[in-house]
Amino acid sequence: MIQNAAPALRIVLYEGVGSQPLAAPERLELFRALLKKGYQVTRALKDGGVSAIQEGLLLVLGRFTETRPELAESHDGKVTVHVRELGERSPQDVVALVEEVVGELEAKAPGGWKPWFPVIDYDRCTNCMQCLSFCLFDVYGVENKKLKVLNQNNCKTDCPACSRVCPEVAILFPKYKQGPINGDKIDPEDLRREAMKVDISALLGGDIYAALRDRSDKAKSRFSKERDEDRALKERQFCLTKLQKQLDIPDEVLASLPTMEQIQAKAARALGSSEEPAS
Amino acid sequence: MSQVPRVLYCHCAYARVVPEDVKEAVLEGLTASELAFDTVADLCELAAKGDPALKQLAQAPCLKIAACYPRAVKWLFSAAEAPLATEGVEFINLRVLNAETALERLLAPELTTVIEAESTAILEETA
Repeated sequence: MIQNAAPALRIVLYEGVGSQPLAAPERLELFRALLKKGYQVTRALKDGGVSAIQEGLLLVLGRFTETRPELAESHDGKVTVHVRELGERSPQDVVALVEEVVGELEAKAPGGWKPWFPVIDYDRCTNCMQCLSFCLFDVYGVENKKLKVLNQNNCKTDCPACSRVCPEVAILFPKYKQGPINGDKIDPEDLRREAMKVDISALLGGDIYAALRDRSDKAKSRFSKERDEDRALKERQFCLTKLQKQLDIPDEVLASLPTMEQIQAKAARALGSSEEPAS
Repeated sequence: MSQVPRVLYCHCAYARVVPEDVKEAVLEGLTASELAFDTVADLCELAAKGDPALKQLAQAPCLKIAACYPRAVKWLFSAAEAPLATEGVEFINLRVLNAETALERLLAPELTTVIEAESTAILEETA
C-alpha cells in the first residue's frame, strides 16, 4: 500500500538547553498553524523522549540563546538538520518561513495523498479474496499469496463497499463515520449482520452481482419498449437505490459491475500470479 | 525504573471524525504541559506514505498514541510496515473519549490500564 518511503520534512520545536521556551499560548498557536498545513511537528526538551529520525530533513526551530549553524548533517549523511531562529515571528510568519525552507530544499511538502483507503485487519482476514474480487478498481492485490492493499489511490472516496462484502469484518476505513468499519470493536450484532449479508446474497440467487445486473437489465428492457428514456432512468435508479444504500455502493461502481465469471477469474489470476516468498 | 512514555498526537486533519473540541482541548493541554511529544497532522497520511517515522515510533518501548480506534491505529502502523508491540502501547481514542479523560491519560507519567468498555461508557455519560 505504501506510496513511497521517502520521509517528509519533520519540524522540531526545540526548547531544550541553549534556547528560550515559548509561552504556552504561543506554542499552541504555532502547533495549530503547522498541523493545519499538514506538517509533522515535534516538541523537543532537554530530557523528553521523542521519535528519532534516521533519514531525511529536519527543520529545527527555536529561540536560541547562542548562535547556531544553519545546517548540520548526521555522521552518515542521511539526516540533514536545518536550523532557523524563531525570533519574534508570529505563527503565520513561522509557517511562511517553513514553506520558504521547503521550497529552497525542494523537500516533499505534506499532502498529495488520498485520505481514503482500506486498511486490513490481519487478525481477522482469512485471505478469502472477496474484497479483491468485488473491487472494480484494483485496489487489492496479492503478494506472497497474501491479500494486500496495493493501489490505495485507486480507491473511490467514501466507498466502503469492499468492507461491507468482507465476511470477516476485516477491512477498515479509519475515516469512516461508523463502526466497525472505522475500526471500532466488532460486536456480535456486526457478525450477525455479516451472516445476514450472505443470506441476502443467497436469496438473490446466490450472486448479488448478477442480481444487480439483472435488475438493471430488466429495467432497461421494460422501458426500452416504452421508449421513454427519462422514465427508464428513473426506474432503474429506483430499483438499484435500495441495494445501493444497503451496501454504500457509489454510482460509478454500479455502472460497471463485472460478471461472476470475471470476478472469479480476477481472484484466480491474482492468486496465480502471486510469487512465493523468497527463501 | 519505569519508562517515560513517548507521546504521539494525531490531529486527524483530513476528516471531521474526531470532535473538533476534543482535538483542540487535547492539543492545548499537551502544548501547555512539560512533556516532549510528537504530533502529526494525520496518522493516515504517514501510513499511506509509509513514512519511516512510524517505524521509529513503533520501536519506542513505551508509547501513548492519541488518535482514533485502537484497531485502526494498530493496522495503520502495520500497513506502513511498522508493527506496534503488543505491550507498552496505550491507545487514547479521541473519537470516543471526552477531552478531560483523554488529556488525563495522555499526561499521566505511566501507561494507564483501561477496561475496554470504558471509552464507550464515557461517551454515553457525556451524551
